[in-house]
Amino acid sequence: MRILRIPAGLAVGGLLLVTAPVHAETPPPDAPVIARDDHLFKTFGGHDGLVRITDDLFVFVLADRRINGFFEAKKIPHIKDMLVEQFCQILNGGCTYTGKDMATSHAKLGIHEGDFNALVEDLQKAMDKNHVPFAAQNRLLAALAPQHRAIVYKPNGSEEE
Amino acid sequence: MKSLITGAWLAAVMLLTPALAQAQSVPATGGKLLLTGGVSQVEGAAGGGLTPWAVIGGNDSEGQFGGNAYYTEISTTDYKITSRGVLFSVDNRVELTASRQSFDTQAVGAALGLGYGYTINQTTLGAKVRLTGDAVLDQDRWLPQISAGVQYKSNDKAGLVTALGARSGKGTDLYVSATKLFLAQGLLLNATVRRTKANQYGILGFGGIDDRYHTEFEASAAYLLSKRLAVGAEVRTKPDNLAVAHEGAAYDAFVAYAVCKHLSLTVAYVDLGNIVTRRQGGLYASLQAGF
Repeated sequence: MRILRIPAGLAVGGLLLVTAPVHAETPPPDAPVIARDDHLFKTFGGHDGLVRITDDLFVFVLADRRINGFFEAKKIPHIKDMLVEQFCQILNGGCTYTGKDMATSHAKLGIHEGDFNALVEDLQKAMDKNHVPFAAQNRLLAALAPQHRAIVYKPNGSEEE
Repeated sequence: MKSLITGAWLAAVMLLTPALAQAQSVPATGGKLLLTGGVSQVEGAAGGGLTPWAVIGGNDSEGQFGGNAYYTEISTTDYKITSRGVLFSVDNRVELTASRQSFDTQAVGAALGLGYGYTINQTTLGAKVRLTGDAVLDQDRWLPQISAGVQYKSNDKAGLVTALGARSGKGTDLYVSATKLFLAQGLLLNATVRRTKANQYGILGFGGIDDRYHTEFEASAAYLLSKRLAVGAEVRTKPDNLAVAHEGAAYDAFVAYAVCKHLSLTVAYVDLGNIVTRRQGGLYASLQAGF
């Protein structure tokens, strides 16, 4: 076991060294393309599939008392269009996201981390309903998760902890 | 040591006050995603079955509070080990735990002249603070979630364990955990480094051949089969510091299932290594209820 001990300390230290510069980089775009081809996009049912998922998402969101107050009824069709565009771009479905960046579109809404996670849960339900395999869901969610830094409100105005 | 524990509780209360004030406009609990608070490890901290993880145990996200209670039973070749406890957490930042471990020697107790079913109990008070990173949301970064924790342990059979060669019936473990969820791959990895004097988690006291802190290594890997179901394995090295009995590393292979946000069940096969008599393999079952 002695052999294990020294590398353990080095591994943790090494991890910190490797990851430290990442903080200095500019934030990634809101819709990074994560797939090499359109296979993943097809797993979501293509463009029509994303429209169905987004429609179902808003059925769940509007029934979700934790977060339905954030959405104005007249803006929902536009939000749905923008989500479809964004998901389509991420999944390499040949779309270009034309909406505002995440920080601008969520400024002053006062969204908490719990609200962000509530939307993730509703999106998981919508993807489940549309039979998107768990592993494919996680690839989309992994691309969306970093948006928390732009979307979640920081009371002291700092973006980083 | 007592002052450190008191200080940790005090710090948590101070953190709690602004968190609750902020929480007035949002639900005060329940903002964490399913299973992302881990389950209850054997000494009560959030983690896998054997090792603490850097995650914070309640269902709280920023500005919220959470808590849970658990009961764990491990039946090995010769012993029955139970652990139960409670956890309180705030702001997805701090968790405080109180737990009790019981080690029923069953027939071995009779063989050693202690009596059948002679049981050693240990009380553990724990605190863990998240220092940096978000294991779940920071999917574009390599930086894991890193937390530091302390576990103060008090064994109720100090006379027996010191007679076996331990230096004390009380001890404090210090640990740092790094946990990262690789969501696109469905893989969670954890590494924990622990400084400890404990023999068999503290069940056989603290210190022995030497009275120094030993650096031990713990690791977990879990694979998500669905948002409710994870399978994984763990290893935990331990000091081998009692002259009377060899102590080795412990291993487990587990399945954790979240029935809902408030209830999870973990079953595992454990190999706890040699405990006094021989290698202790067996079944581990744990139920956790929380908010």
